[in-house]
Amino acid sequence: MSTVTSRLAGFRELHRLAWRRDRIIVPASVLGLVLLSVGSAQATLALYPDDASAAQGLAEIVSNPAVLAMYGPISAASADALAVFKTVMMGAVLISILGLVVVRRHTRTEEEEGRLELVGAGAVGRWAPLAAATTVALVAVVLAAGLSAAGLAGLGMDPAGSVAFGVAWLTAGFAQVGVTALAVQLASTTRGAGGLAFGFLGAAYLLRALADPSESDAVHALGWLSPLGWAGRVEPYGEDRTWLLLLGLGVLVAGVGTALYVLDRRDLGAGVLPTRVGRARARALLSSPLALVTRLATGTMIGWVVGLVLGGVVVGSLLGSVGSLVENPQMQQMLERLGGSAGSIEDIFLATETKFVAAAVTAAGVALVLRLGAAERAGIGEAVLATPTSRVRWYLAHVTVGVVATTFFMTVIGVTVGLVGPRASEAAPGTGATLTAFLSTLPAVWLVVGAAALLVGWRPRFAPFAWALLLVGFLLGELGPTMQLPQWLVDLSPYAHLSQLPGGDFAALAAAVMTALAAALVAAGAMAYQQRDAA
Amino acid sequence: MSDAITVSGLRKTFGRTTALDGLDLRVREGEVHGFLGPNGSGKSTTLRILLGLLRPDDGEASVLGRDPWRESTDLHRSLAYVPGDVVLWPTLSGGETIDLLGRLRGGIDETRRRDLVERFELDETKKGKAYSKGNRQKVALVAALASRAPVLVLDEPTAGLDPLMEQVFQEELHTIRTEGRTVLLSSHILSEVERACERVSIVRLGRVVDSGTLAELRHLTRTTVHAQLRDVPPLAEVESWPGVHDVVLDGDELRFTVDPEHLGTAVRSLADRGVTALTSQPPTLEELFLARYRDDVGTQVEEQPA
Repeated sequence: MSTVTSRLAGFRELHRLAWRRDRIIVPASVLGLVLLSVGSAQATLALYPDDASAAQGLAEIVSNPAVLAMYGPISAASADALAVFKTVMMGAVLISILGLVVVRRHTRTEEEEGRLELVGAGAVGRWAPLAAATTVALVAVVLAAGLSAAGLAGLGMDPAGSVAFGVAWLTAGFAQVGVTALAVQLASTTRGAGGLAFGFLGAAYLLRALADPSESDAVHALGWLSPLGWAGRVEPYGEDRTWLLLLGLGVLVAGVGTALYVLDRRDLGAGVLPTRVGRARARALLSSPLALVTRLATGTMIGWVVGLVLGGVVVGSLLGSVGSLVENPQMQQMLERLGGSAGSIEDIFLATETKFVAAAVTAAGVALVLRLGAAERAGIGEAVLATPTSRVRWYLAHVTVGVVATTFFMTVIGVTVGLVGPRASEAAPGTGATLTAFLSTLPAVWLVVGAAALLVGWRPRFAPFAWALLLVGFLLGELGPTMQLPQWLVDLSPYAHLSQLPGGDFAALAAAVMTALAAALVAAGAMAYQQRDAA
Repeated sequence: MSDAITVSGLRKTFGRTTALDGLDLRVREGEVHGFLGPNGSGKSTTLRILLGLLRPDDGEASVLGRDPWRESTDLHRSLAYVPGDVVLWPTLSGGETIDLLGRLRGGIDETRRRDLVERFELDETKKGKAYSKGNRQKVALVAALASRAPVLVLDEPTAGLDPLMEQVFQEELHTIRTEGRTVLLSSHILSEVERACERVSIVRLGRVVDSGTLAELRHLTRTTVHAQLRDVPPLAEVESWPGVHDVVLDGDELRFTVDPEHLGTAVRSLADRGVTALTSQPPTLEELFLARYRDDVGTQVEEQPA
């Protein structure tokens, strides 16, 4: 067996290459995470400047298990603790994703795409790619956690608590880097490795979401099995359990150690887990472009449905505690700006939520439609277009999946919230009214999806502008009123023309106009797609 | 025999690059036609225009009497295609992909499919992502060869195949030829084209520089003659024989090249000189190809100052 030095040969070059490739994504993500922690703490401190007002604010949260399930335990009834209450867990998840993505893209992705073979033929040791990837990921995690801690202390928050906050993020990030280092050895594809690593992260989150609000000691103890549970249980600005960092480090060392052990024994390009085999013959159903596009999107759609059901349960249970928000006039004012002023506070809260969900579901629809352009770029659309499949049929298959999926998604969350809401609060709107409220946002969703279809049909290289359209439309329509932008500017956004449901009236004209406009955009895209070179 | 594919004066530019510069091509019905050219000479662009994926800037193209751009959907009922760079859906198995493409094309020959999968030793249960380049190519080949399409357009179909599988492919081509189907086979592997194709078009810089049967193309190029003589003539005399060039005299060994129409005279002259050993070699496709290639480079250099 070769020495450690020879197995790490080429580390410096690969490490520099990794930084060169990540020179935007890593610094931007680190900056985003620091802004998230420090910015949200600053905003919260402005709202609840002292411990007394914070205690009042916290009282509303503590009583709601759904909030505890989402964000984890509250460390103390202090202003500092409230200032980071949401960002401990949110940031722990995001920093884990950052570590995961960085490790994966420099290891398994490189290997799968065959670039590692090119590099590996040079003087590069077996361990070097993983070592380089892990180093970049760890530096990113340490920077995000360290700068956040420094920023929080800079706001005048308790220094020991700020260190503990950084430790909470580090614990989650280190553990996920370790887990991912191993996952990319086990699975032989980027997708498979992502499935393992994201699956671990999701399971860790669900486990602690189950454990944290639980009254039972046994269930509560389950949270100790989850790195995200550890992050929450650091309880910065309260218990400050900084020793939990050792658990994160333990997973890191164990994960990377096992990964190196596997690396010494496996072939280039191979994994440890057997690659999943598929069917030798296609099902009878897989016989049209639409069936193909649906089949390819099934995995993503299942993910969305699971997420929307979980989100729906949270929104539904929150309806149980919004009644108490009425006592907070600032909050009510905020909600009215966002969701309109029609109906009870529960109605307003729900109207606000429908618009946020609409924006998220639009993103899903846009992504599905843009797959047409991705297939073209990959060169795989050519295979379909060389069969007697007309351009229009191939295009419409993608648009249909985008439109049907968004409609289905809104139905799923509408039904979920409609079923959970009335159980959480008697004042919550009924199932029918809730579902109608969610479905009433669809014309705006379709309009943006239609714009994406036009872009991809006309000039696929402009297709990413659909994302900008979504972002600007969302910001103008939903945050424009709170930012008190001029009305004509706000009116440019499809989301500004949605019905005030539940509680208000259905804006039938606006819905009809937006739907017709969406159809026109789709038709224009189809025509443009027939006229241009494909693939 | 009528033409399955006719192309005349085809032009296509991508930004500043001219991919096709007045390309002409004729493929007769029922023939295996070799479409030869180096990388970047415009082969794939031509094929994509014939599939209706790209719209020509100028010129006419017709496949089975149809306009590939305007009537592409209808045309594709009679056409199977193997792209040069086969991409598969990462989550679909090879078998699913073959079935799907077959169904989209309106049916697949089941017996043929089974036979092909066996002969190409293809594991159908692997997912698209897990296949090597050669195996991706096999998936596309099985899908195309098992289709009942009368016209097959194959863009460098054997680039990733090993020699054994290349042999299988050659045999399949032979079967297809006996079935009377038309094949347009783009390639830069000359031995493959030489074995499989009845007629050949050589494309260079977006233009067909030569087209015809191998015999016709050879006709334009000199045969190499190598002889051993008892009675060696002076060099000047050999050089004066009609149509003889590049004479080399080495002891009793004589080598020269001769224009095809003067081969007979030259051989007769050799017989008079007491020939003891004689080999005559028609030009290989490689020589033909390189000859066209060199010519083109020459013209290109000459054209540049203009």
